Amino acid sequence: MTARTGILVALLLLLAAVPPVAALLNEPFYLDLLRRVMIFAIAAISLNLILGYGGMVSFGHAAYLGIGAYAVGVLDHHGISNGWLQWGIAVGASALIAAAIGSISVRTSGIYFIMITLAFTQMLYYLGVSLAEYGGDDGLRLKMRSQLSGLIDLNDATAFYYLVFAILVLFLYVTHRLVNSRFGQVLQAVRSNEARTRAIGISPYPYRLAAFVISGAMCGLAGALLANQTSFLTPEFMNWTRSGELMFMVILGGIATTAGPLLGAAALLLMEDLLQGWSVLPKWVHEHWQLYLGVILVLVVLFARRGLAGLLPGKNE
Amino acid sequence: MNNPLLETSGLRKTFGALVATDGVDFDVREGETHAVIGPNGAGKTTFIKQLSGELRPDAGRVRFAGEDITALPSQKRSRRGLARSFQITSIYREFSALDNVALAVQAHAGHSFRFWKPARQDARLVDPALQVLHSIGLDRRKDTLAAELSHGEQRQLEIAMALATRPRLLLLDEPVAGMGTDESARMVEFLATLKGTKTIVLVEHDMDAVFSLADRISVLVYGRIIATGTPAEIRANAEVRAAYLGEDL
Repeated sequence: MTARTGILVALLLLLAAVPPVAALLNEPFYLDLLRRVMIFAIAAISLNLILGYGGMVSFGHAAYLGIGAYAVGVLDHHGISNGWLQWGIAVGASALIAAAIGSISVRTSGIYFIMITLAFTQMLYYLGVSLAEYGGDDGLRLKMRSQLSGLIDLNDATAFYYLVFAILVLFLYVTHRLVNSRFGQVLQAVRSNEARTRAIGISPYPYRLAAFVISGAMCGLAGALLANQTSFLTPEFMNWTRSGELMFMVILGGIATTAGPLLGAAALLLMEDLLQGWSVLPKWVHEHWQLYLGVILVLVVLFARRGLAGLLPGKNE
Repeated sequence: MNNPLLETSGLRKTFGALVATDGVDFDVREGETHAVIGPNGAGKTTFIKQLSGELRPDAGRVRFAGEDITALPSQKRSRRGLARSFQITSIYREFSALDNVALAVQAHAGHSFRFWKPARQDARLVDPALQVLHSIGLDRRKDTLAAELSHGEQRQLEIAMALATRPRLLLLDEPVAGMGTDESARMVEFLATLKGTKTIVLVEHDMDAVFSLADRISVLVYGRIIATGTPAEIRANAEVRAAYLGEDL
């Protein structure tokens, strides 16, 4: 086991220990906060697959958070609370829409890719705003959380927590296998040198598109989890600032690293929470917390160019 | 004589008013090393890009192994057995030397929609890649990042990647460019070992390399081929001497 894998495992063990510790301290709030961190980590992992390993700067990844959340919300609105169906549709619809957006955007690169992914996400955002049946821009409150055949009760905070934790671990492992497989090698080769990849006989397009679809589907599941986390959803889930946050988590944590998205999501959301609510800090920090968060982020980007994962011992991938 | 493996007829490419390739008829026979030389700006790289498929000619045909490949993009030509090394080193800088070559092997080992098994532990990719690295003398550097190899080693890696695709025809664009005397001599020695087993199109400025390796030489000047022949014939050709104005051939 390398030092890096060791740190990642330690981090996961720490996350696994949160529910008993929170119960001991009688602070259920931490459970809620860290579940939220893990859900965003799952979304960031999915983005890292195309942004980090594929070199595709998707500035519209919040679209799939929204699609996943709406899959849960809309079915729930019509009285269908079966979680398997809701989550299946969340993943399937995200994959389909990713295939549609990807088939156009993946042929381009650089600024065009960014603009196309942003434009499609804005379209979905305004679609959400215009759906009066589903609350328009006020959003939609879930009547009940997804029902998983009585196997796991999402109203049980600890059970929900461990389900999210299991999905996080699964996604970390799957991504790790994916990027080291033949598929992952091609994906990284195209990022590194597209002309060379064509010259040795590989068409980049189908591989890039497949990665884009896998990434969208993974993020769709994060969206379904997020809707259950908040019991509420709005088009804001798909706002471009949300896409920016996901990108920031990946870059802050360390692009194209296994642990990066988890580190980035944890750092960003925990700092947000600390600056807003930590009573040790003076009031002027609470009032302008975004400003101080911004300063911290700029410092991290300046002094840890490979992100937080880059500060860990061991070689960079 | 054998049928040509690669053949162009009436190949023409213009960039605005500049005629970079002007009605080129050119052929490469199975097993021969055919060098293309010419002064700077003669259109050698434009020509080789039309052979590899990175540029589409405005007019004319490219035939490879009896098939018209004029409309095929480079990845499809590569799959038919036409490999190219780049004049400006084009490698995966953040991959190890071995991973660079293994990827070239992988490109010709079926599709890459294989999502689970680690590629680096796949003997079907790693063994042939090691073989190629060994033959070119880079095996000791297999775990070094390509970016950290010396210039000469990167040029070797470049050619190793082309070879790893098991091409029927190798397009070498200035393989010894920028190399020191020793490195360059070793590269020429290595290319000599390929002679006979591989069909090679060699674009090169280094005349020592060209005259020691080539079976035939074509001279490209202002987008036209002004002469084709054996090294001895080219050396004696008055028009070629004029084009190179005083340079020793």
